[in-house]
Amino acid sequence: MQLLLQQVVAGIATGAIYAMMALGVVMIYLAIDHLNFAQGEMATFSTFLAWQMIQWGWPYWAAFVATVAISFVGGIGVERILFRPIRNAPILSQVVAFIALFSILNSSDGEIWNFTIKSFPTPFGTKPLFCIGLVSTHQAGMVAVTVVILALLYLFFRGSRLGLAMRAAAANPESARLVGIRVGWMVALGWGLSTAIGAVAGMLIAPVVFLDPNMMVGVLIYGFAGAILGGMSSPGGAVIGGFMVGVIENLAGTFIPYVGQELKLTVALVVIVAVLMVRPAGIFGRVSVSRV
Amino acid sequence: MPEPEAIAVEAAAAPAAEASSSAGPATSWRSRRRLAIGAVVILGLLAPLVVQNFTIFQLTMVMIYGLAILGLNLLTGFNGQFSLGHSAFYGIGAYTTAILMSQNIAYYWTLPGAGVVCLVVGVLFGLPALRLQGLYLALATFALAVAMPQLLKSHLLEALTGGVQGIVIDKPDPPPGVPFNADQWLYYFTLAVVLVMFAGAASLVRSRTGRAIMAIRDHPTAAAAMGINTALYKTLTFGVSALYTGVAGALGAIVVQFVAPDSFSFFLSISFLVGLVVGGVGSIPGSLFGGVFVLFVPNIAERVSTGLSGAIYGVILLLVIFIMPTGAAGVLRRAGGWLTDAWRFLETQSKGRRTS
Amino acid sequence: MMMLEVRGLCAFYGQSQALHGLDFALAEGGIVTLLGANGAGKTTTLRALCGMVRMTGEISFDGKPIAGRATEDIVRLGVAHVPEGRGTFTRMTVEENLQLGAMARGDRAAIAADLEEVYGEFPQLKKRRRQQAGTLSGGEQQMLAVGRALMLRPRLMLLDEPSFGLAPLIVAELFGILRRLNQRRRVAMLIVEQNAALALDLAEHAYLIETGRIVMGGPAPEIAKDEAVRRSYLGY
Repeated sequence: MQLLLQQVVAGIATGAIYAMMALGVVMIYLAIDHLNFAQGEMATFSTFLAWQMIQWGWPYWAAFVATVAISFVGGIGVERILFRPIRNAPILSQVVAFIALFSILNSSDGEIWNFTIKSFPTPFGTKPLFCIGLVSTHQAGMVAVTVVILALLYLFFRGSRLGLAMRAAAANPESARLVGIRVGWMVALGWGLSTAIGAVAGMLIAPVVFLDPNMMVGVLIYGFAGAILGGMSSPGGAVIGGFMVGVIENLAGTFIPYVGQELKLTVALVVIVAVLMVRPAGIFGRVSVSRV
Repeated sequence: MPEPEAIAVEAAAAPAAEASSSAGPATSWRSRRRLAIGAVVILGLLAPLVVQNFTIFQLTMVMIYGLAILGLNLLTGFNGQFSLGHSAFYGIGAYTTAILMSQNIAYYWTLPGAGVVCLVVGVLFGLPALRLQGLYLALATFALAVAMPQLLKSHLLEALTGGVQGIVIDKPDPPPGVPFNADQWLYYFTLAVVLVMFAGAASLVRSRTGRAIMAIRDHPTAAAAMGINTALYKTLTFGVSALYTGVAGALGAIVVQFVAPDSFSFFLSISFLVGLVVGGVGSIPGSLFGGVFVLFVPNIAERVSTGLSGAIYGVILLLVIFIMPTGAAGVLRRAGGWLTDAWRFLETQSKGRRTS
Repeated sequence: MMMLEVRGLCAFYGQSQALHGLDFALAEGGIVTLLGANGAGKTTTLRALCGMVRMTGEISFDGKPIAGRATEDIVRLGVAHVPEGRGTFTRMTVEENLQLGAMARGDRAAIAADLEEVYGEFPQLKKRRRQQAGTLSGGEQQMLAVGRALMLRPRLMLLDEPSFGLAPLIVAELFGILRRLNQRRRVAMLIVEQNAALALDLAEHAYLIETGRIVMGGPAPEIAKDEAVRRSYLGY
């Protein structure tokens, strides 16, 4: 029993990464109604920027804040310059645009900063939390940051006019225009927020998995798994889903003899497929009924 | 089948059908199209006689990728089911061929073998896929694509698949008496298979079944309400689509002479998708253009700058999307439209001059 | 000068043309109704005024040209559109829907005051203010849509088939409210209606649209007395 509890706690700790990634995935999905496949790469790029600033001698928190700000603006920029002009193109063409963005960012990361693995500092220290060997202070810090971001988002969307406008633009763009909301800018804002969250995710994940251009590729899959499990229409659900994926992965690795390190990714995939088979909307997602 | 369904399907699918619906210009457009296709085929027949072996190999791969993309096109372009998992079918076809050939079965018999295996797998995947739409189907097929290399590498199947090291295949010799070298022979063999399968796809699309398939893409609820067995057609389309891509994979294995798990990763699925969009979704000849793009453009990008090849590729992709969002086929269709309009304008002008 | 002047309005859905050169006008504080059968082009006219459909022609609002401008910009000039189907944000609460109506405004205190006024006008909405808008009845959703439009403090309201799907008693109540609003706040209204009798009773001016063209126009009482109109649209 104690082993089970320990593994659950450890799973929650690793799940913090997935939870944060899942939050970013759902954020952009709510804003633009499809997935941003390049999200991981944008987060990686942001993390490299932060790394570079730290290399230049900037203190950690200055680099952190600057990176988040730049990422926010960058996300808006990418939407305005790249995706707004093709917003009426067929969906598949837009998907290819995402692929192109992925390719550009991944390649640029490698060229500017090369492929050697780099370490990235953490503001939370790496000592074990409360002297129990399962959760480090950094992991606890990740969980805390995820929860804080979630709370801030909740306050923003439920309690502010701009948040209300964004929700309206995503729910019903035509009606939103009829009340004077500039829907185009709401989409851009969604991108900005999502990219900023991705930057935070990257900067918190890098100390654990180490920074290299392909850092996010695996993590993004776990993020998708978490988002699907929790439900694409629910940010809170996605976060919980991310934690659950962490726990499931850990438990599977510990208690199912076949699942070694190499098949851990398969666990995420199995989760995805299982959820899609049984309840595509996820645990907390809304089942949408479409009228003819 | 009852008559009303045929009429209704025709009405629903007419706007979606490739050829234009007006009478006069359409026939001349279609015959001009046939000329163009004929010219390309003749060029294709002559090409291996004038170029180097490596280029022949590349051209063969172009056709193979074109065939794989055609498979994806049948499912996504004509039936509206989004798939990120076609690298898995390609891989299954390739491995089927490799395994059969290592059991000393002749290479030409492995093609139907790969086709049947992939047809079955495709149908098996298509059945649960009926419950999934759009994004969710994309994610399920994505999971399939990512899982495939893992499965191929795993200890469970190592005896069959050769694990991480893969399987090596001997290059087939041309039949005795044929004046071509091995590369040229493989090229013509591939060309024959590809021509047959492209023709098959074209005739499928023009048939009643094809119209039903397209009706499901355009308005699934209406199609079902008109009596089309949506589940049956969607599942079958998945199977046929997998078959096409699987046969392409089989050909690919024969031509490359090697199969290994990491060649059939999600990245390959992405390439197919890119080829589909660049060539033109819902256009059969477009699939071949997609094959050309997917084979040559990454090479070009690499030649411009090895370090930034990915970035250059991405930029080229973006340019393509911005300039021709409906793909090459869309551009050609519009160009064809302009040419027809210009021709008609000149005709009426000259007629006017004669009568006045 | 008329508040709204429309000249040569043509509208297109893709390749097909829905409106063929409409000319009409609306005076400050006036009520005009557009009558016509299904598919005549009434909804298209309202959509064209709001920039929601491809159009050519001239539209001037308060003397300013608005043809070709983005929907949200036209709305911000004071044009509130209550669309076909009401356009309610079904998953948001009644109060959130009303607050969204004022999104284009910045004056917080006045918005709060207006909200109370709307609740005063529509007490049923006040009772359900924290309920999800999608759970309201048809009549209540229509009231909500009108209330939301009012939150803009519009100079002009465009109403697309406000009586659609509502019981006669509710419709009478709604039209009574519209008349009061027009009298008290001088809100001009352009009402598209299939229910000709109701519309002609409320409006001062009427136009009849058939297959994308205005075939008749004049003061509402005269249109109501016209033989052809009576037979086709008023049923007697």
